[in-house]
Amino acid sequence: MKTRVVRVRDWTRPVPAVFREVRAATPEAPEGKPPLLFVPGFGHGAWAFAEHWLEHAASRAFPAHAVSLRGHGGSGPAPKATLRAYAHDVVQVATGLDRRAVLVGHGAGALVVAHALARYPARAGVLVAPVFGGWGTLGTALGRNPAGTLPAVFGGRLRLHHRQLFSRELPDAAAREYAARLGRASARAQWQLLRQRPVEPAVGDPPMLVVGSPDDRVVPPSALTRAAGRYGVAPLLFPGMGHDMMLDARWREPVDAILDWLDKDLAG
Amino acid sequence: MATFSDQESNEPGATLWRDGRPVYDRAGTVCVIGAGASGLTAIKNLKEYGFGVDCYERETGVGGAWNWRHDRSPVYASTHLISSRPLTEYPDFPMPDSWPDYPHHSQLLSYLEHYADHFDLRPHIWFGTEVVRVEPADGDRWDVTTRSTGGYGAERTSRYSAVVVANGHNWAPKMPAYEGLDEFRGKVIHASAYKDATQVRGKRVLVVGAGNTGCDIAVEAGQQAAKCWHSTRRGYWYAPKYTFGRPADQVTDSLAPYRLPLRLRQWLFHRVLKLTVGDLTRFGLPRPDHRVFETHPIVNSHLVYQLGHGSITPVPDVGRFRRNSVTLVDGQEIEPDLVVFATGYLPRFEFLAPELLGTDASGRPALYLNAFPRRHPTLAVAGLLQPDSGLLPLVHWQSVVIARWLRLREAAPERARSFAARVDAEAGDRWHSAKVKESTRHWFEIGHIDYLRVLQRTLDELEVAA
Ligand SMILES: Cc1cc2nc3c(=O)[nH]c(=O)nc-3n(C[C@H](O)[C@H](O)[C@H](O)COP(=O)(O)OP(=O)(O)OC[C@H]3O[C@@H](n4cnc5c(N)ncnc54)[C@H](O)[C@@H]3O)c2cc1C
Ligand SMILES: NC(=O)c1ccc[n+]([C@@H]2O[C@H](COP(=O)([O-])OP(=O)(O)OC[C@H]3O[C@@H](n4cnc5c(N)ncnc54)[C@H](OP(=O)(O)O)[C@@H]3O)[C@@H](O)[C@H]2O)c1
Repeated sequence: MKTRVVRVRDWTRPVPAVFREVRAATPEAPEGKPPLLFVPGFGHGAWAFAEHWLEHAASRAFPAHAVSLRGHGGSGPAPKATLRAYAHDVVQVATGLDRRAVLVGHGAGALVVAHALARYPARAGVLVAPVFGGWGTLGTALGRNPAGTLPAVFGGRLRLHHRQLFSRELPDAAAREYAARLGRASARAQWQLLRQRPVEPAVGDPPMLVVGSPDDRVVPPSALTRAAGRYGVAPLLFPGMGHDMMLDARWREPVDAILDWLDKDLAG
Repeated sequence: MATFSDQESNEPGATLWRDGRPVYDRAGTVCVIGAGASGLTAIKNLKEYGFGVDCYERETGVGGAWNWRHDRSPVYASTHLISSRPLTEYPDFPMPDSWPDYPHHSQLLSYLEHYADHFDLRPHIWFGTEVVRVEPADGDRWDVTTRSTGGYGAERTSRYSAVVVANGHNWAPKMPAYEGLDEFRGKVIHASAYKDATQVRGKRVLVVGAGNTGCDIAVEAGQQAAKCWHSTRRGYWYAPKYTFGRPADQVTDSLAPYRLPLRLRQWLFHRVLKLTVGDLTRFGLPRPDHRVFETHPIVNSHLVYQLGHGSITPVPDVGRFRRNSVTLVDGQEIEPDLVVFATGYLPRFEFLAPELLGTDASGRPALYLNAFPRRHPTLAVAGLLQPDSGLLPLVHWQSVVIARWLRLREAAPERARSFAARVDAEAGDRWHSAKVKESTRHWFEIGHIDYLRVLQRTLDELEVAA
């Protein structure tokens, strides 16, 4: 697919404005590192990154931000939101930052980031446990958690079980508490995720990193490899971790790997 | 902000010479002239394609026409966009969605300043530095001579691998000549000197010209002046800013995917205008002498409204001036004490010998896609477009085309040759499905969809790894 320049939809049906929750952590001594923008997946809000990753990134001198997509977390309601509206939210926050941002998307947020990268020349793109959708995603989810998944097929809420999201290393109480905080994406966006429309290529040729776990129960290894393959890279693996890598017991390892990669890649 | 001493300190001494003067070799660096909306996106996109860029800007800030702090800026206090926000923003850097449909000019400036900071463009810009000459050198390279704005200090020449001219086309006022103008005792200004309504308050004002500037000023004079005459030499279509509750340009563009024939689109537009704006001859305006899309669109909801309230008096073209009055072509005599010529601007390229752009006797360059001259593959013009939409999206893609073209020349000379052949064959072609009126302002008018469709084909054809 090529970059399209006649964008009638973007021109004539602009995505309406909405209040967007943005959580941030600022480094004490700025060293000129690019700002990071974390994008949570369906059901999650900025809180998922505010738990550990934002502060950690800031402690390593990266100005760190996380947005709640419309209809999620503390952002305004948007029951009819589309993937385009979610990508718009990401681009709006990214362009509001003082410098070119690195976009980091988790889960279906990685697909949102992929769409955003076609509308904003990010400094770099990072996809964490990316859910790029398609019927395979549905198959996996139905296999693992039929009762929680089936309603979503009919536009209902997708209920992820805490054992789909976290490894056994995370204490049960914490896992349940996180799972209880999950909201939902709009039915339309859920459908669009399954229908899997092609993503326009990223503009500005950003360096890409894909991170995942072979033990992720939402994203099977084949899907992870396929997502990474779109960008001509191999995924960086963290065996033993669950899907929600930013909340799981060993949350520090993947974020350090991402920041190391950024330090190295952006130095040149 | 970069200064010359920085540049000198990390630069080897001049190794090249031209006419006995030193020339500083900037190797593969590309020179961009102007840091307005066009120059900024040219810097950003050239950088994105890996080029080193030096930009020269004669003013002290970015933003070009939108920087009202610059004396030369043609915007006046009340200027709001005529193209709605989604059709005006850069396609990869949207304006805040909380902004209105038609932002104010000060918002445009803050948007452009933010773009420059976000993409770290300022270190590439030499402010207060005017380009005075651009001359071809060996090997398709260019010698660019600059000096401090205002002519202070010595001239300095640097050699570049390519030059992108983004100097804007709303700087040099087009002043009409009339018999008797010299002896006229009232005040005469060009619209470029119009800044706000205090200049017309309580006066008897004649506004000449019905481009968007003339209409805006007439509206202001209609509200603030003691009397406002608005002189036009032809009838026009006055499009409202909103139709069916949506920005009018968005309504028009929603038909684009259907690729309706021009005649049908014109008919539809005429119907909509008839139903919403009504019959303008009722207000004493002449019937348009052309179909819609054949002149640069006027977008102004207030003008017709004020005609209906009698606060603007439409009059025909000016015949001649007298000591205390103006005679119109229909013989009417009026006595304004201020005349505002909103007669537009002329593109100018004083720093380039006319033959380099293939410029004809009437001052019109022959360029392919309004950007590429025939014989000079490393020279390009960005932003020489009068679109029926916002300019920024067009000039963004135009500068991506320029960057890809410069890359392709190095990477795949074979493929580059076929593009060069087309530049030669099609330089000077128009990119507008309507037959635009012959006028000094219309030779670079383009239809944005027609133009973008050609840019799309060109981008695909020039595709190179960034
Ligand atoms: C009143 C008004 C309203 C407008 N409204 C709209 C609108 O609604 N939507 C829209 O899209 N467009 C509008 N425009 C068109 C506007 O011109 C463009 O949006 C845009 O500003 C063009 O950018 P540019 O960079 O091509 O030119 P400019 O903004 O003119 O910038 C050119 C820059 O080059 C510099 N320069 C020139 N010569 C030299 C030299 N020799 N050496 C060094 N520097 C040089 C100038 O100082 C300037 O900074 C409007 C224009 C006017 C006058
Ligand atoms: N609010 C806004 O966003 C806004 C405001 C102002 C300007 N602009 C833009 O800025 C650019 C310049 O606009 P502009 O209005 O300054 O200039 P313009 O579009 O060139 O319009 C000039 C007007 O003066 C007339 N004219 C020219 N020479 C004349 C002469 N010798 N005698 C009588 N009439 C004469 C023209 O008539 P003809 O039809 O015969 O050529 C036309 O009506 C345009 O792109 C415009 O869209 C935007």
